[in-house]
Amino acid sequence: MIVALLICIVGLLGLGIAGVALALRPTGRAVVYGCAAGLCGVIGVLALVALGRPPSTIVLPLGLPWVGAHLRLDALSSFFAFVVSVGGAGASVYALGYGRHEEAPQRVLPFYPVFLAGLFLVLLADDAFTFLFSWELMSLASWALVVSYHREGDNTRAGYIYLLMAAFSGLTLLLGFGLLSGATGGYAFDAMRAAHRSEGVAAFVLALALLGAGSKAGLVPLHAWLPLAHPAAPSHVSALMSGVMTKVAVYAFVRIVFDLLGLPSWWSAVVVLALGGITAVLGVLYALMQHDLKRLLAYHTVENIGIIFIGLGLAMAFRANGFAVGAALALTAALFHVFNHAVFKSLLFFGSGAVLSATGERDMEHLGGLIHRMRLSSFAFLIGCAAISALPPLNGFVSEWLTFQAILLRPGLPQWGLKIMIPADGALLALAAALAAACFVKAYGVTYLGRPRTAVAANATEVDQWSLGAMMGFAALCLLAGIFPGVMIDALAPVSQALLGARMPTQLALPWLSIIPVAASRSSYNGLLIFAFIAASTGLTVWAIHRFASRAVRRGPAWDCGFPDPSPATQYTADSFAQPIRRVFGTVVFRTHETVVMPPPGDLAPARIEKSSRDLVWETFYAPVARVVTATVDALNQLQFLTIRRYLAFVFLALVALLLALALWQ
Amino acid sequence: MAVIGPWLVQGGQMALVLLAAPLLTGLIRKVKARLQRRRGASVLQPYRDLRRLLGKEVVLAENASWLFRTAPYLIFAFTWVAASLVPTFATGLLFSWTGDLIAIIALLGAARFLLALAGMDVGTSFGGIGASREVMFASLAEPAMLMVILSLALIAGSTQLSTIAQFMLSPEAGLRVSLALALVAFVIVAIAENARIPVDNPATHLELTMVHEAMVLEYSGRQLLMISAIACIFFPFGLVIGASEAGRYFVGLGAYALKLAVAGTLLGIFEMSIAKMRVFRVPNLLGGALMLGLLATLLLFVSVGL
Repeated sequence: MIVALLICIVGLLGLGIAGVALALRPTGRAVVYGCAAGLCGVIGVLALVALGRPPSTIVLPLGLPWVGAHLRLDALSSFFAFVVSVGGAGASVYALGYGRHEEAPQRVLPFYPVFLAGLFLVLLADDAFTFLFSWELMSLASWALVVSYHREGDNTRAGYIYLLMAAFSGLTLLLGFGLLSGATGGYAFDAMRAAHRSEGVAAFVLALALLGAGSKAGLVPLHAWLPLAHPAAPSHVSALMSGVMTKVAVYAFVRIVFDLLGLPSWWSAVVVLALGGITAVLGVLYALMQHDLKRLLAYHTVENIGIIFIGLGLAMAFRANGFAVGAALALTAALFHVFNHAVFKSLLFFGSGAVLSATGERDMEHLGGLIHRMRLSSFAFLIGCAAISALPPLNGFVSEWLTFQAILLRPGLPQWGLKIMIPADGALLALAAALAAACFVKAYGVTYLGRPRTAVAANATEVDQWSLGAMMGFAALCLLAGIFPGVMIDALAPVSQALLGARMPTQLALPWLSIIPVAASRSSYNGLLIFAFIAASTGLTVWAIHRFASRAVRRGPAWDCGFPDPSPATQYTADSFAQPIRRVFGTVVFRTHETVVMPPPGDLAPARIEKSSRDLVWETFYAPVARVVTATVDALNQLQFLTIRRYLAFVFLALVALLLALALWQ
Repeated sequence: MAVIGPWLVQGGQMALVLLAAPLLTGLIRKVKARLQRRRGASVLQPYRDLRRLLGKEVVLAENASWLFRTAPYLIFAFTWVAASLVPTFATGLLFSWTGDLIAIIALLGAARFLLALAGMDVGTSFGGIGASREVMFASLAEPAMLMVILSLALIAGSTQLSTIAQFMLSPEAGLRVSLALALVAFVIVAIAENARIPVDNPATHLELTMVHEAMVLEYSGRQLLMISAIACIFFPFGLVIGASEAGRYFVGLGAYALKLAVAGTLLGIFEMSIAKMRVFRVPNLLGGALMLGLLATLLLFVSVGL
């Protein structure tokens, strides 16, 4: 199994090399994306088959000579490989059509399959060296894709910040693995699992894993690069980065904390729960303030990562208290959300790509009314919006419902930190879900509904068949995972069995395909029946109304209380839509401020309303570091322009200092 | 009969929700009219209004899309399904296990999502103002509602509405601090969600005070019919959860009717004695409800007995 998977990954790497040669030929796009889609499909099938089987391992004579490259395919990596392959296959099919608009395919085609290969390799790695190598491969390939439009706007800055944060995450993970392997230097994961370590070391490793994986996943306050880098890439790569790469970071966290580190202490769960809750709410609040469609989606990734970490934190809390069944429920909820977010976030990025290729605009304030000209893609985007807003009967609701069930599971935990943090997370999760719905009403309403605000929006045309096919496929997945959640929960059972030694009850055997997380008297949900009820009552209402009501329909100008204005500028914009929420939440979180500048009496100039806001996370965490680094570099800059005598003096002084140090050491 | 019985109860309750709903709206209007020393329209007036709308033609705005045309039916279906999961006059409904309280709230959230989108579809400023304010209220009201549900679920050990109702009937429920907090939070949320004074005024067409009305401004004919019917259903439904929560859960049709009549009269009196709030005062009210709900849940996490 693992050999077949490896062959596919090598195929992807080879495809990257072929991409260099093929990039400028007209067939290059079809070959690269077609083969990538096919390979991802094969890997997906293999991963599904491997999910229920015992782990298989292989050692290759690569990497460090005395370690070798250990690779392992167990339940956890199979599940994540499946998620990556779904996202990868979808993005590749989408790119078959979307890539047509690429002006410089040589900047995308060679790196795209390598990026995919890096994602898969991280999941297979079973020793620290292979893991970090694949991690950096993934980071570098995605960086190359982020700066593929390096001449546009702020993209080089986005790429620079991304590179810095990727280096930071690589460094922290390197240190973390160093601590895990201990003084003996057992770099293989097997040795790390077997080793015993003190509580202090375990706490350090957990902090480093949280920093390393969290900065890749986009945990607040380490998220700063994410909303810059994800939108800068071509849309299918944005979908992969947001939908899939952040999930690989979640994988790294789960692998280290649940597998390698051993039993966590309860306060580490409090930290993860707090970070998850804050990330969920801040992510969606940031998203509400955006009017760039792709940046809004990127901020929403931050929110969903927060939801996933809430689930993981709950699992850690239950595990620390020896409550394995509860931990299995929480972990299943988190991993279910991993899959769901990969699907609907990819779908939404595909939709934003469709808008981009149809109009050339990412700014919602220049769009509007696209539902009339992009009928199919607007429908798929609507499904994605409803799914990410956690509305039944779609998939986003099921995983958030499971998370709520996990929150309610055991109120009587002995630790006070958890007693306060778990209900607080419940409130934060509810707030995030409600704000997400608000945010997607805004995104959909301003982009697709209303009247077109510019000529490009008025003349948009529907996108090609490949892109539509990928979007429709993912929309169908959103619905299927929502109405048959039992399939997904049962598929996740081997993962929680392997990591926690417990699993959720089997769901597929239940009548009517309900899901019952704990007991029927406690809670149950049946997506299939809810869907059927909604369909049936819609049908019944439509029939009754059309049977008994007048059928006359007349088109006329909009009424608008009798004062319709023909200018589309009188519509609500993204900014004005979010204004009430900005005023309620933003005055605290973003220090937003609105000032009305009135012209003096007699002056005919228009009055102006100006809004200002501050990014406190950037100002608190990033700006000081940047200032210190800049000041140091400026000070050291003088060293470049010295005479040869001074350089020789420096060398001499350095030598004396080192000798002194050596003498004092002994 | 044993097989048909549960189906009859389920079907009967779905029909009852639909048929009895306008009566309550009529009752509240009547109470308000009497308090204003007017004679007021008959309590059957809402039925007449609905019948009148049935015969009217639809005037669609020129750029209304398919979403605008299908939204009323979908919103109606979502609300109806949510309402049919709530036991009104008999517990142990056939399909009560298909969704718990969280699912019911999410179904109503889905209806609101579609309504806000429909409000933005034609591209008028009023539609936008309504949708924007509605989602602002919802962003606070929905979490508050969920916190109330979480505290109830912690007390009863279940999120299933029928189990909670049974628990509330049993002597175990008793008087609790957390229940009192949750009840206050719930009443605030119910008023906001039903778009009543002081949060929203269902009778207004004054530009700056509209929220719900602004979203449905462009609807006419049979589509307006659907929207008005939804407003009617939504309303008693909210009260039922409230009533069941307070531990005053009576089994039986008569008790249900009595409960609604009392609640409707109280609401009419309440609305008469209070003025509508400024839009930006409402978040304070709803934020207070959210905090009360959170407090109730926190208390239960600290000690299940509170």
